[in-house]
Amino acid sequence: MPRSLLTTYPGNSGRFDEMLAADGELRPAWRSFCAHLDAATPEQMRHRLDYVRRRILENGVTYNVYADPKGADRPWALDPLPLILAPDEWRELSAAIAQRARLLNALLGDLYGAQTLLRDGTLPPALVYGHNGYLWPCRGIRPPGDIWLHLYAADLARSPDGRWWVIADRTQAPSGAGYALENRLIVSRVFAEQFRDLRVQHLASFFAALQDSLARWAPQDEAAGKEAPLVVLLTPGRYNETYFEHAYLARYLGFPLVEGSDLTVRGDRVYLKTLTGLRRVHAILRRLDDDYCDPLELRADSALGVPGLLQAVRAGQVLVANALGSGLLESAALPGFLPGACRQLLGEELRLPSVATWWCGEPAALDFTLANLERLVIKGAFPSQRFEPVFGNALDGAARAVLVARLRARPQAYVAQELVAYSQAPAWSAAREPALVPRGVGLRVYVAATPDGYAVMPGGLTRVSAEADARIISMQRGGSSKDTWVRSDAAVDTFSLLKHSIGKADLVRSGRKLSSRVVENLYWFGRYAERCDGTARLLRAGLARLVDADAEPALRSVFELCRALRRVPEKKAEGAAEGTAEGTAEGTAEGTAEGTAEGTAEEGGPAPAPERNPTNSPAGARPATAAGAASPAAASSPVPPVPRARIEALLLAAVYGAAEAGHPSVGLGGDIRRLLWSGAQVREHFSLDNWHALKRLQLRLERYAEAAPTTEVADALAFLDRELLASSSLAGFALDNMTRDDGWRFLMIGRRIERLCFLADAVGQFLRLASTRAAGGVEWLLELTDSIVTYRARYMAQPELLPALDLIVFDDGNPHAVTFQMLILLRYLGSLSGEGGSFAEGARSGEHREPTELPRNEALAALLARLQAFDLARFEGLDFGVCRDCGPCFELAALLGEIAAAAGALSDRLAMCYFTHVEDAGQQTLLA
Amino acid sequence: MNARYHVIHETIYDYATPVVQSRQLLHLAPRDCAWQTCRSHRLEIAPVPALQQARSDAFGNPVMQFAIETPHRRLAVRAESVIEVRSRAALAGTPSPPWEAVRAALAYGARPVRLEGARYLFESPYVRAKHEFAAWAAPCFPPGRPLLAGAQALMQRIHREFEFDAGATTVATPVLQVLADKRGVCQDFAHLMLSCLRSLGLAARYVSGYLLTQPPPGQPRLIGADASHAWVAVYCPEAGGGGRWVDFDPTNDVLPDTQHVTLAWGRDFGDVSPLRGVILGGGEHALEVAVTVTPWDNA
Repeated sequence: MPRSLLTTYPGNSGRFDEMLAADGELRPAWRSFCAHLDAATPEQMRHRLDYVRRRILENGVTYNVYADPKGADRPWALDPLPLILAPDEWRELSAAIAQRARLLNALLGDLYGAQTLLRDGTLPPALVYGHNGYLWPCRGIRPPGDIWLHLYAADLARSPDGRWWVIADRTQAPSGAGYALENRLIVSRVFAEQFRDLRVQHLASFFAALQDSLARWAPQDEAAGKEAPLVVLLTPGRYNETYFEHAYLARYLGFPLVEGSDLTVRGDRVYLKTLTGLRRVHAILRRLDDDYCDPLELRADSALGVPGLLQAVRAGQVLVANALGSGLLESAALPGFLPGACRQLLGEELRLPSVATWWCGEPAALDFTLANLERLVIKGAFPSQRFEPVFGNALDGAARAVLVARLRARPQAYVAQELVAYSQAPAWSAAREPALVPRGVGLRVYVAATPDGYAVMPGGLTRVSAEADARIISMQRGGSSKDTWVRSDAAVDTFSLLKHSIGKADLVRSGRKLSSRVVENLYWFGRYAERCDGTARLLRAGLARLVDADAEPALRSVFELCRALRRVPEKKAEGAAEGTAEGTAEGTAEGTAEGTAEGTAEEGGPAPAPERNPTNSPAGARPATAAGAASPAAASSPVPPVPRARIEALLLAAVYGAAEAGHPSVGLGGDIRRLLWSGAQVREHFSLDNWHALKRLQLRLERYAEAAPTTEVADALAFLDRELLASSSLAGFALDNMTRDDGWRFLMIGRRIERLCFLADAVGQFLRLASTRAAGGVEWLLELTDSIVTYRARYMAQPELLPALDLIVFDDGNPHAVTFQMLILLRYLGSLSGEGGSFAEGARSGEHREPTELPRNEALAALLARLQAFDLARFEGLDFGVCRDCGPCFELAALLGEIAAAAGALSDRLAMCYFTHVEDAGQQTLLA
Repeated sequence: MNARYHVIHETIYDYATPVVQSRQLLHLAPRDCAWQTCRSHRLEIAPVPALQQARSDAFGNPVMQFAIETPHRRLAVRAESVIEVRSRAALAGTPSPPWEAVRAALAYGARPVRLEGARYLFESPYVRAKHEFAAWAAPCFPPGRPLLAGAQALMQRIHREFEFDAGATTVATPVLQVLADKRGVCQDFAHLMLSCLRSLGLAARYVSGYLLTQPPPGQPRLIGADASHAWVAVYCPEAGGGGRWVDFDPTNDVLPDTQHVTLAWGRDFGDVSPLRGVILGGGEHALEVAVTVTPWDNA
């Protein structure tokens, strides 16, 4: 028997210990695991902890805490040591849990139907009619198969005598199953051999059962017959505390992740708005609370729901799981009445008791509560009360009197519960090594409805308290979690959802299920990715010339280009002091005398906006095309030189992308944040590796931003090098790892439009700016457009203007040339033909939609022809070093300006044609 | 004495920009009950809905849901009904038990279980159960006073102390605010009276309907000046498990009889608002509601 680790582990504490029996010996289920743990070296354990930490960060496993000042995403906390349960114990427990699920399901059926339990007095009407979770409009609705609960969870605690008790029921949209799955994937790798040798039961069959039951009870299309029903996972959005889990489960279960605005009810059916029209939705696994689901019949102020959803449910045209109204059972007052309800509805005794609960609405219970306050905890009877539990033993005289007065005034609003004694289990302490510390644990178990009855997930989410003697376990209050290992005494079912067998009829090739919101985010993801690349190159070209004193003229011209393309932060006061004729960074594209049509210039807008922006851009921020800079005045305006130190400071600030007060975040940091924001909206469409690359980019940016005040040029250059590497790997993922559906096509169109804007603007400006005539100008232009290597290979000489322009403007074989972007864009746009269109059309014709007018490419094609007709020979014999406002430079610059403008206009047309929903006009609920 | 009425209830929304999708829920068909029969009911909606479904809601009221899926700048809903109303003075005239006995009969554990009353015993979105209301209503319910006498005293007190003021409140004004400001419209007075009764442990429901406004002598009836009205009904249990509902109109201090036409009832306004909907698009809107109640013989 290994003792070394256990010598420091405090045994008997008056609680039940999951690992140690009362005599201090290891429980049989734990012996082999503890022996393994004891044999592990400190290095091994450190590696394991590192692995857990890294996986959580890289997989982006987060838990959002609304009130957390540190920001939304808090990394998920996972203790590497599992909670281990013996097979015989589990058999008994899971049978009891399944009975409870059956009971609660029957109870919902009764309360929304015949109400026999209310009529015969088994249940107090206050718990139903007095509960705002009782949805009157759902009265009389019978869900398919009489299944109200498809997924149910119970929170369990174990008392000192070893018995399990239910402390809460989760009936409307239980959370945590996805976290349990993620915990399993990590911990089963950390202790891979133990996991196998201990014959731990797998979780996949449980999720498959959930999939099957949704598909089975979903309404069928009369016509389609063979087509698999479309099941979606409805999320309130990424600000929900468990959004990570919604995205994770959606990907694991293969359900599209949708928000309320992705769905629409037409007639009495529910549809998903996709790029190619409306697709019927047969079942909705919801993570949205009951009363938010339909603003027409439920909460009128809900902007998250789907108007008309309830009518679709009533008509039997869609399955909503769990059934609307099931939150009714999430009441602290209910448990005391369950034994009676169980006898009435099932004719059985309740096998799993709840923690002793007294509803104060009964006079006898109120008397008991008042007489025993010091050994009870007082809770609100209904979840809507927002009443923090009060522990009777923690009250002084005055507080006690206040509580007693509250209880007497409205006894039916309160319940008294016995204090819950959580059991304890060992957690790994990173602080003291090697050390096991006891922590309070509670177990959340999950149950799914299947055609053969309720099936319990063999395992669950073990929640761990932050302190040794916690009275409440809450992830919101800094708790942690564990994987739960249920051992099997038979062979383990190694079924995996990842190897789901699919018949020929199930084959899906196209991305027809893509919602417009997703496609729109992919498009902007493409644009931001490319924009990060351009900004990084521009800043690198400048910063690299800071360290070299000889490069002063080149530094100044790169800096001017940065400002012309608005990639460096600038204050209004400075712009004014420097008296430039061009618009400052804050100015929107001011119409210049020439009034060229570069109307798309917009400010970058705030980084990740907390609200869904109703305008075209999903992030509420689009890359600003640097149109204002096209002013020809820029070339000739007398600009007093900016001090070198100021240039350095501005370039460094642009890398970090600090938002100066009152200004949107400009620069690379801002671009990266917007990229991450768009990526987060569609993360279920990226491969895990792709996602990891993004997360690493974010971590690096955060680290860099933290150190920003003391950053030196060398640090910035190192950061830029790594950013460009990350950027090219993102491009690689997009090229090599994404399916060629319309989502991919839009991502690539986004990239090409952005690169076209960048190239056309940068080269155009280069030709206009006076300072670029200095020595080394052409060289950095080639660097900026990633073409220097090609140039050197071709010409083996100092860069000159004519061959450089040929390479970066006219060469249709160079992926960094203007013509190349235009050709590819025209090809992608062509492949969209016959598909896209606006939803206003699709709306009326149901499943089908007539192709409407597509974004016209003629403008772009005409510009390409003009560009290709441009005679490069006009640059022959031109001495770029001394020329000013010469004809060829100016004409080419003007043409490139038009091309950038056309690219911006194309972006707007794409948005109108493919992304804009009628919902952009806003949704409102009206009473008359 | 029976009466017959012709009711026209017109609602017109004008939107600043086109509404592309609209879904509405109507409580515009008068329900039948012991003292009232709806002889005819017709509904006209423009533009023509893509879908129109009639059913009963959880309180037994007829309800209509419709959806319009074509762009429109104006929505017009016109409901026209002929209703026969019979006198129910006898309901209010019969003696009632002391109010404390009624409270006890509705409490959990009392037998028989009176579910019909229990539905209207608790808080609902527009009705609060708080000690402020119980305290304010207490003088109307001295120990031993019969339920209906107490309810009548409460109705009279509201009518006496509150001022009818259409500009003072909106649909969103909390009922506690109404109690503090002592002004509001019929909806507010109904919600206030319901809050008082439910805070005392008594069951009462919200009734929506129409009132035939008596014109001043010698003047013609103002067509279109009438609006939808609201009052309350109090649950009075009877021996043996049954019960009766007695109506009180705190806005006018009358016991509704043949001059009140019942449209629907529920826990509060939210359950029975005549028209409730969600639109996409529309921008700013102007709303016009006109209700005309005329004796059928004159129509």
